Amino acid sequence: MKFRTLALAAAIASVGLSSAVFTPAAHAQASEQFFPVLVYRTGAYAANGNPWANGYVDYLKLVNAQGGVNGVKLSYEECEFGYATDRGVECYERLKGKGATVFQPLSTGVTFAMTEKAPVDKIPLITSGYGRSESQDGTVFKWNFPLLGTYWVGADVAIQHIAKQMGGMDKLKGKKIALVYHDSPFGKEPIPLLQERAKMHGFDLQLLPVAHPGVEQKATWLQIRRDRPDHVLLWGWGVMNSTAIKEAQATGYPRDKMLGIWWAGAEPDVKDVGAGAKGYSALALQHGAEPNSKVVKDVLALVHDKGQGTGPKDEVGSVLYMRGLISAMLGVEGVAAAQERYGKGKVMTGEQVRWGLENLNLDQAKLDGMGFEGVMRPVKTSCNDHMGAAWARVHTWDGAKWEFSSDWYEGDASVLGPMVADAATKYAAEKGIQRRTAEQCAE
Amino acid sequence: MIYRENGQFKTSYLADQQIFTIAQDKWFVLGLIAFAAIGVPMLADEYLFRAILIPFLLLSLAALGVNLLVGYCGQITLGAGAFMAIGAYAAYNFMVRIDGMPLVLAMLLGGVAAAAFGILFGIPSLRVRGLYLAVATLAAQFLCDWAFLRIGWFTNYSASGSVSVAKLEAFGWVINTPTEKYLFCLIFVVVFALLAKNLTRASIGRQWMAIRDMDVAAEVIGIRPMFAKLSAFAVSSFVVGVAGALWGFVHLGSWEPAAFSVDRSFQLLFMVIIGGMGSIMGSFFGAAFIVILPIFLNQFLPFVGGLIGVTVSTAGISHAELIIFGSLIIFFLIVEPHGLARLWSIAKQKLRLWPFPH
Repeated sequence: MKFRTLALAAAIASVGLSSAVFTPAAHAQASEQFFPVLVYRTGAYAANGNPWANGYVDYLKLVNAQGGVNGVKLSYEECEFGYATDRGVECYERLKGKGATVFQPLSTGVTFAMTEKAPVDKIPLITSGYGRSESQDGTVFKWNFPLLGTYWVGADVAIQHIAKQMGGMDKLKGKKIALVYHDSPFGKEPIPLLQERAKMHGFDLQLLPVAHPGVEQKATWLQIRRDRPDHVLLWGWGVMNSTAIKEAQATGYPRDKMLGIWWAGAEPDVKDVGAGAKGYSALALQHGAEPNSKVVKDVLALVHDKGQGTGPKDEVGSVLYMRGLISAMLGVEGVAAAQERYGKGKVMTGEQVRWGLENLNLDQAKLDGMGFEGVMRPVKTSCNDHMGAAWARVHTWDGAKWEFSSDWYEGDASVLGPMVADAATKYAAEKGIQRRTAEQCAE
Repeated sequence: MIYRENGQFKTSYLADQQIFTIAQDKWFVLGLIAFAAIGVPMLADEYLFRAILIPFLLLSLAALGVNLLVGYCGQITLGAGAFMAIGAYAAYNFMVRIDGMPLVLAMLLGGVAAAAFGILFGIPSLRVRGLYLAVATLAAQFLCDWAFLRIGWFTNYSASGSVSVAKLEAFGWVINTPTEKYLFCLIFVVVFALLAKNLTRASIGRQWMAIRDMDVAAEVIGIRPMFAKLSAFAVSSFVVGVAGALWGFVHLGSWEPAAFSVDRSFQLLFMVIIGGMGSIMGSFFGAAFIVILPIFLNQFLPFVGGLIGVTVSTAGISHAELIIFGSLIIFFLIVEPHGLARLWSIAKQKLRLWPFPH
């Protein structure tokens, strides 16, 4: 009896000892998949940057709560850059050294700077709904992934929607459409496509730039009052959007003739204006406010109810929160796809994740299984197409919340395709990049 | 004890006209350059190069250019960002439009273009001075912001208004790695700092300083204000323009006009004021203060928080960073209104007597 107790005690002690000795080593070995998170929780665009960042981080927490990616836990670190390009680059350099999986800068300026650095550092770049439109062409932009949509898709869908409201593309002839845009690469990105469409359908495109950060728009809206365009496209971000809507109210421009890009269609943009923004519509990049979807319930149950939530609880499911969440999901799915090829349960390198993102295949069943039923449509990428989907809807602010007000639209490939190819070819020539061949793609 | 010039006799005019008349100074600076060229590449990692050292060097160079104008000639400018932009876009256009254009020549030509515009925007300085001149130079800033955003030719008709450069190569040397980029910048900075130092010691620099101290008196003793002021604008804009070209080509690789916004102009002016007006060394101090300190605070605060067991939120760190940075600016300006360079020279004075002050 006594001997047995002793033996048992010795066995337990040895197990305990060995685990104590080996745990640190084992811990270091099964290291985690590191997600750098570039955020702007301060500065002029903080109101929009915050929910995005909270959604992004909450999803990473959710994946961990559900056991990680095939058992690989995710780790992350935030780096605040306040939408300033040079600080964003500093953040990139800082987090890169920690084994970054994928970067999502949420700033067109930083995207441009990183596009130069990513191929050297071999880290993929997801720019879901922003960035260079021509980076859809994966044979030239090997490391860029403008998943779900680019500004050209956005502009194309916006014109389609306006035409549908008028009763057909032919009705656009002779109409006046004004583009009120943030005077930066972000705001200028849609112009080539709108000009192309203007040529095709014979409408008149009026370009009205607004200087950063967009609080001074009096002159712009006076011009709109004078010229009375039939529609106004709003290409703003942050404080520029609410200012524009307030100015529209002040000048008496009908809000239901205004259509915003997906970065001008979230709660912070209209909350301040409240009822004054009623009727204002904006594009929704695949998703809008989805407070009743399963993934939102999962986040609430597994993250927020455990006291792990990143931001306020009532923000979960709002437009930008969902965008952050979906952005994180795309990155995580890139890792999962890479694991299918390079070994399940292993930590993936940036290069392997790039392959995963290029061979992403999220069909509806898979999305529904992850809780994105009714939120997203399928995404399938390839070497030629780094965007994966070109779907968007329109949602309208009813004075208290965003409601979907249109069916799905798809960016017209016959218009977008040649433009993307042309711009990508020009970029490749400028930078001396050889297009990847079919064999190189298959690697 | 260590820093003392006793026993160093100058026996020739040449020895008397050295930049560093004290041997310790000379060895210190030469040692510093040697360390920067040899020691740093062995010690620093990629993050240090790309995120800290290269921006520090390039903004030091730009601050040096601004200092020539503001500190030495007394003409306040708020157009430094614009001249950086002109340097960068001009160099880009020389590279794109002329086949086989050497990189270094394109950058220097970018500087020349900036100098030409510097002279143009320096013309108001012949009539207005002080804050009014600052406002006049601000016009350069807005004009450039507008031109590079609106006129497609400057950006080679890029749809988004942002431009990017192909690979860098100078004299058969392909500049690829962060270390090479750092060394490339270092060469520019050392050469320009030496040139600037010598310019300020030569007759032209003395003319600038005479204009700065009292322009009427300077005119009376035979200094032509037009030549002195415009040459200061030209030289300053040239240096700033080259710094801008390097900033675009080497540091950013791809840029939009926002990279050279009015914020950059203010930042450069603050570097000069905090670092020390009328001091070459001060430009480096100022750049270090403005570039490195916020990044340091941003990484140091979470570390301190970790030590005392507090997790600070990302936004909290950012706010604290701004508060501490702002307080430090006020602190240094109260303690030493003449800038960090003045503190440096006081330290040297004290060191002369150390350890027996009496």
